[in-house]
Amino acid sequence: MKVTIIDYNSGNISSVINSFKEVAKDKVNIEVTSDLNKIKSSDKVVLPGQGSFKSCVDALNKINGLTEALHEFAINNKKPLFGICVGLQMFADIGYEETETKGLGWISGKVSKIDNQNGKYKLPHIGWNQINIVKQSKIFKDIENNSHMYFVHSYEFIPDDKNVISATTDYSSNIVCSVEKENIFGTQFHPEKSDKLGLKMIDNFINI
Amino acid sequence: MLKNRIIPCLDVKNGRVVKGINFVDLKDAGDPVEQAKIYSDGGADEICFLDITASKENRDTIYDVVERTSKKCFVPLTVGGGVRSIDNINKLLNCGADKVSINTAAVKNPKVVLESSKKFGSQCIVVAIDAKKNGDKWEIFTHGGRNNTGLDALEYARKMEDNGAGELLVTSMDRDGTQIGYDVELMNNIASNVNIPLIASGGVGNLDHLVDGIKLGNASAVLAASIFHYGKHSVKEAKEYLDSKGIPVRI
Repeated sequence: MKVTIIDYNSGNISSVINSFKEVAKDKVNIEVTSDLNKIKSSDKVVLPGQGSFKSCVDALNKINGLTEALHEFAINNKKPLFGICVGLQMFADIGYEETETKGLGWISGKVSKIDNQNGKYKLPHIGWNQINIVKQSKIFKDIENNSHMYFVHSYEFIPDDKNVISATTDYSSNIVCSVEKENIFGTQFHPEKSDKLGLKMIDNFINI
Repeated sequence: MLKNRIIPCLDVKNGRVVKGINFVDLKDAGDPVEQAKIYSDGGADEICFLDITASKENRDTIYDVVERTSKKCFVPLTVGGGVRSIDNINKLLNCGADKVSINTAAVKNPKVVLESSKKFGSQCIVVAIDAKKNGDKWEIFTHGGRNNTGLDALEYARKMEDNGAGELLVTSMDRDGTQIGYDVELMNNIASNVNIPLIASGGVGNLDHLVDGIKLGNASAVLAASIFHYGKHSVKEAKEYLDSKGIPVRI
């Protein structure tokens, strides 16, 4: 099996690479690339993302044919894809960080700034928070409800169809922190930085 | 709910831990990777390396340490000490650091914070503030507390927030190394006037000090070095103690 982590200059992805390699050991081949042919021949794809919504979308668009290749992979061919942090946010139609920016449009919805309730809540939302599992997801196998995961973000994904939500976390309001729509998975938190449970989630994705 | 974080800090010099946990079963007690692994297995919410390498020739040793640690520890790793430029930051992040903490360079050239947070995202930019009380205010010190800049700590903290810092790591130079507790007045003064999380540092001597840092200092996270060294307290003990005092922690 081949799992490809998309390297599109979206900031620091070394932790994502390290965690997937740790879980994969020698059983699974982990590729780190933006090569369109390699993406096409992958069994699974991981879409990381750090920095702003706009900078990630811009970085994706800079690589000729990349968004089309991802679309073909996830939407036409329905192969498993895992978006992490801004990688998840980009599933939306539109994001409002820095300026209004069009997303991939795979899961209808928008990405807006978390309401800090006039300074009552610090932003970014940084640290370990518990996830409230609202729908069983394939990546939650052997992950208990209320498990702690590591978060770093100031913006939240608000999907139109609430049925895609697999977990929320409590910070200012119930923030969507995990989605599953058919073959598309995404977490707002960082499984690659969430210790053993995070690695378990990565293992679950690899084993889908 | 969001938990308060406990962050053990290791001083690293020429690629080796200066103080640290003194466990007999450690193969190499001076190896930062082994020590970091013990902390993360024990429930540390993050790990912090402070590079105190003095000589220029040995400064690259930290990159190798970070690279090896990030392959073994799957909790966030912050690296500080000698972080000067965008190139520095880029290299540390590529080696597997999740955040860098910028101290002297941010005072000398605040644009470093602005540019690096734009380039890499605020989530990985921590601004380290070393402050000392002078009359009724706190002033910023650089070069490990040797140089007084005369800058007001609170004003500076706000400016760094505006420049895109994701977090502030505030150390009281009056308390650092004393083990008599954080300067909670300083912590609270800054934490209640900025909208980004504050990590309290400097002066921890016992577990009650961690409680004070959060309850009185209003800190989102508490950083400590010496109480975790030589096995005085484990991270697990610290968390259980905080939990018993009603502070939300990840256990």
